[in-house]
Amino acid sequence: MAQVKNRLTPFFENITFDRNDSEVILNFGPQHPSAHGQLRLMLHMQQEQIVKAHPDVGYLHRGMEKMAENMIYNEFMPTTDRMDYIASSSNNYGFALAVEKLIGLEVPRRAKVIRMMLLEINRLMSHLFWLATTALDIGAMTIFLFAFREREYLMDIIEGYCGARLTHAAIRIGGVPLDIQNDFIAQLRTFLDKLPQNIKDYEDLLDSNRIWLMRMEEVGTISTEMALSWGCTGPMLRASGVAWDIRKEEPYELYDEVEFNVPYSDKGDNFARYRIYMEEMRESAKILYQTIDMYEETVKNNQTELMAHAPKYISAPKLDIMTQNYSLMQHFVLVTQGMRPPVGEVYIATESPKGELGYYINSQGGPYPYRLKLRAPSFWHTGILTDLLPGHYIPDVVSIIGTTNIVFGEVDR
Amino acid sequence: MRPYIPKDNVQAKSYYTDRYYVAPQVPKEDVSTDEVFAADLAAISAKFEVKESYLQVGQLVVYINAKDIYGVLEFMRDELKYTQLTEMSAIDWLAKDNTFEIFYQMLSMTKRKRVRVKYFIENGQAVDSVEKLFRSADWSEREMYDMFGIVANNHPFMKRILMPYDWQGHPLLKTYPLEGDEFAAWYEVDKIYGKEARDIIGPEIRDTSRVDRYDSERFARLGYEVPKGTKITGDEPKNPNPYQEEGGVFLIKKFDKESSKIVDDPQR
Repeated sequence: MAQVKNRLTPFFENITFDRNDSEVILNFGPQHPSAHGQLRLMLHMQQEQIVKAHPDVGYLHRGMEKMAENMIYNEFMPTTDRMDYIASSSNNYGFALAVEKLIGLEVPRRAKVIRMMLLEINRLMSHLFWLATTALDIGAMTIFLFAFREREYLMDIIEGYCGARLTHAAIRIGGVPLDIQNDFIAQLRTFLDKLPQNIKDYEDLLDSNRIWLMRMEEVGTISTEMALSWGCTGPMLRASGVAWDIRKEEPYELYDEVEFNVPYSDKGDNFARYRIYMEEMRESAKILYQTIDMYEETVKNNQTELMAHAPKYISAPKLDIMTQNYSLMQHFVLVTQGMRPPVGEVYIATESPKGELGYYINSQGGPYPYRLKLRAPSFWHTGILTDLLPGHYIPDVVSIIGTTNIVFGEVDR
Repeated sequence: MRPYIPKDNVQAKSYYTDRYYVAPQVPKEDVSTDEVFAADLAAISAKFEVKESYLQVGQLVVYINAKDIYGVLEFMRDELKYTQLTEMSAIDWLAKDNTFEIFYQMLSMTKRKRVRVKYFIENGQAVDSVEKLFRSADWSEREMYDMFGIVANNHPFMKRILMPYDWQGHPLLKTYPLEGDEFAAWYEVDKIYGKEARDIIGPEIRDTSRVDRYDSERFARLGYEVPKGTKITGDEPKNPNPYQEEGGVFLIKKFDKESSKIVDDPQR
């Protein structure tokens, strides 16, 4: 075909050329290696200093809320993987929990323990990935290799459990599909025994590193008011002086039975956020040790149930489906038509590695949700860049984007 | 009698519903069963008109008038310590009674309580922006405008956020099809090649599950391979070469280099 003129005309075309001042607009992204995805930042600059920042998102918009309205509940589960693809089980879990609350299901204890294991492994994976990429953005290549090595072990464990490394879909509405594999606990123990030394290695490399401190300390300071006003959650909020962790304050699963601390800081800068990620890794390891004990307890008590018993909503175990006619019929209806939760609405928030991951579901009694709103923490952690970046310099942008830990699968949904 | 299903709702519908099926309800509790919520509700209803209120799944749901929203949220933030607006969006009820339902999900960290404030607006009516109270509403209201076309008054930058700025239509409306409308099918073609190239390129195929059996560009046509780009007539001969030798073992022992055609150009 003959070459035709490209008609792409940016809407901000020629704004600056009519002006007399020295303001420059710098277009950062949408394909920038340190933007952690498809983030486009329009930065208005006076010399090297940013006077106005305008984050532009939507390059990864897939319309997940629209897709959810056209899918039966179980069908939507693998789609949630694609939100925060660094820790996809936490997305699965948030959705499963919301539907379970809507139905009023009680999940068997063993499934709860396995879910907690998966969630904390995902948190570790996410935090290690965060550390690796942020350090790489700032120039610390060694940390990147170290943290990816540890993350690889965790991905292998997850792969052994569900067969996938990134998009797990390892949690079902009503429980988990499988028991953990034989060597899961042994592998996890091996990993956890090494982890404290690994974290210490990272800290030895970073904590007193002059470059790291210069790029982190007193950069990107978020005040408590600003964090609350912008709807910041998770490590972003805890670094700004609010010790709010949903696992602790509104416990779900068995988080009220495990002991862990909620690290927080009142500094609010990049370095505070870095410290919180490091401490949270230690706390996750602590929780994982306890879940191993809890799992062994369920084995001892012979609690083998993995899925809740609710024939109206959840298919029977495979053995029943293959041997009992009524279970087979129900399974058929649930697969072809989908479950029909009661009429009502629910908003359930869980603490994903990035912050508060919320699912609002409005059910009208049909097999498709009437409205499903995904509350992804990164959306607001990107929005806060509008107020956070002005006053900073160009190199700070990279470290600030790094410590906000935004993932664009989640921002754009 | 069968329930009425709006004709312009183009979302997926269940193909079978038992006509005697009565959907159960998620239980609604009285607000007085929770002390904290009862006190909060009393404080709100002393200053503003509360239309309906109940507890559902442990959270307070309050229906108010649309004009009160700024006042209610300001009162809740300053007096009742609901310091975070975690989420807000709309629900499309246009087919039912030509209204949108707007909800604001509030969180109090000191009380560990969540409240959902809701109200209805008519189609075409604007909402009051709460961006002055909660900066998070800046992006939420933009998203709501993008997805439903609901404008927020006094918003500093009422532009689309997720869809392109020059997009037409609001994707989360029930009247908007999942694979996009006519505008969506031509959007990228017009943008990249220009309107005059429409005849040559054709509309964008937005149905991701579509399989075209006459397409030899993107599908391998397993067992009936043809060179890339060949026009398919439908009577292609079956490929006599088996993919696996010796009953499905992934080993090639009988490869004959002499009689094989070697492709040098990877692009062909």
